[in-house]
Amino acid sequence: MKIEGKVWKFGDDIDTDQILPARYLNTSDPEELAKHCMEDADPSFADNVSESDIIVAGKYFGCGSSREHAPIAIKAVGVSCVIAKNYARIFYRNSFNMGLPILECEDTDAFNTGDRLSVDMETGEIIHLDSGKSYHFKPIPPFMQELIQSGGLMKHISQKIK
Amino acid sequence: MGMTLTEKILAKHAGLDRVEPGELINAKVDIAFSNDISAPISINEFYKSGATQVFDREKVVLVLDHFVPNKDIKSATQAKMLREFAKEQKLVHFYDSGEMGVEHALLPEKGIVLPGDLIIGGDSHTCTHGALGAFSTGVGSTDFAAVMVTGELWFRVPETMMFIYNGDLNPWVGGKDLILYTIGDIGVDGALYKAMEFAGPALKQLDMAGRLTMANMTTEAGAKNGIMEPDEITEAYVKERASRDYELMRGDPDANFVEIKEYDVSNIEPQVAYPHLPSNTRGISEVEEIPIDQVIIGSCTNGRLEDLRMAAKVLKGKKVSKETRLIIIPATTNIYRAALDEGLFETFLDAGAFISPPTCGPCLGGFMGILAEGERAVSTTNRNFVGRMGHPKSEVYLANPAVAAASAVAGKLAGPEEVV
Repeated sequence: MKIEGKVWKFGDDIDTDQILPARYLNTSDPEELAKHCMEDADPSFADNVSESDIIVAGKYFGCGSSREHAPIAIKAVGVSCVIAKNYARIFYRNSFNMGLPILECEDTDAFNTGDRLSVDMETGEIIHLDSGKSYHFKPIPPFMQELIQSGGLMKHISQKIK
Repeated sequence: MGMTLTEKILAKHAGLDRVEPGELINAKVDIAFSNDISAPISINEFYKSGATQVFDREKVVLVLDHFVPNKDIKSATQAKMLREFAKEQKLVHFYDSGEMGVEHALLPEKGIVLPGDLIIGGDSHTCTHGALGAFSTGVGSTDFAAVMVTGELWFRVPETMMFIYNGDLNPWVGGKDLILYTIGDIGVDGALYKAMEFAGPALKQLDMAGRLTMANMTTEAGAKNGIMEPDEITEAYVKERASRDYELMRGDPDANFVEIKEYDVSNIEPQVAYPHLPSNTRGISEVEEIPIDQVIIGSCTNGRLEDLRMAAKVLKGKKVSKETRLIIIPATTNIYRAALDEGLFETFLDAGAFISPPTCGPCLGGFMGILAEGERAVSTTNRNFVGRMGHPKSEVYLANPAVAAASAVAGKLAGPEEVV
């Protein structure tokens, strides 16, 4: 699968309070949550993001609370994938469990807001379309690939219990 | 090569003789709990999977704490969903209004989580319970749903970092200061994906409340879990609470630690974490003149009886500054009652404090003390991220209950020595 999209660039240590502020945790409706995605990091994001855009960040994206509302909001707003240097552990689990592709790449400093990227999920290659330069993301561990292939953790489990 | 305490607990629950860091295992869960903001998603996922019954109605625990007492109609709807689910599933441990509390204060208090357990919770501060000598980690809603169905979950065995605390604690220094100091040293991702194990003679000077505070904030260093070996203090605490068997487990003497850090606590003074990261710490003697609009004393980090006593010691006979609001939130109903019985409420009320029923409320900017634009708070909670307690342009300074109480009296960021 290939993903192509425009970059929205964020910095280091973007916590889940910035991704989806707790004041909106009184609902888990994806459409409601999407309206407030990234609100405290960039209030203009949710209104201006386009389908298939890519969130790019520095280190430790998704730190803080365990709220699954954060990856739900990112997925619901139409973001195709997240590329960061690394992730907080619960955010990492949550994203795979609910089917949001998140990729680890050391070179995210090279990408800026508005840049266009093409991401090949099979080969692990990221092409910076404006410059033609090629980068790579870390291979997704086989177990996580299995989870994605079953369509997330719950589908994986319901196959087991049936 | 032996195993660390974390590795031993994981191996036992995976039915394996040994596990290695990095290994992916499937392990049985002793207690799985969640709350009114994480569980609604889990309950939907539970039904969607085709499941009709939780794997064990004694091991699935629901606590209404984040936005309860219901803060608005949407929160009320979420809380109602949990109430109905708990009733339908006949959950043994369901905690609401009259018998409730912030989950990470309530579960140890009631003896629901015990040494040697493997615990997961739909909340990032689930690492709190590791202070009992258990493996306890936070997960998301889908993970919790999976455990409700199967009683098992996948884990990556973490490397263990060892933190050893030597020396004697200074006055007004407690678990909060040790953990803030440690996070200040290693950074907010200093223990990413790893176990943080605490040991050393200084821990003997901490009661269970102080130890739970330390384990609570390991998530603020990115850790998977915080843990300490159970000792006589742990045993005395759990003995009178447990209603099932538990195992006091220890790591092997030849266990492998990925890193060992040692601190002399006699060099540690009360700590303050400046906005907007818990690692942004400095000693109380190094703080500037910072006017404070609101002070919160409570939460899963510092809302226990020992914390309220510490605050009362500072507030006794004092008045809260006219420029500052002091909100005190006992973390459970039992703590609330004990504080009332001990006369702490009288001290608080005489000082001009506002006392709230148990709730997570303001810690995550939910309700019961939201900050306006430009306002500053000192809080005994665990996070000071942008917008954490309200407006994105408000500020949170994290501290222990004595510093928080002193700041309320001084109307500015202040240490207890300045007002007592």
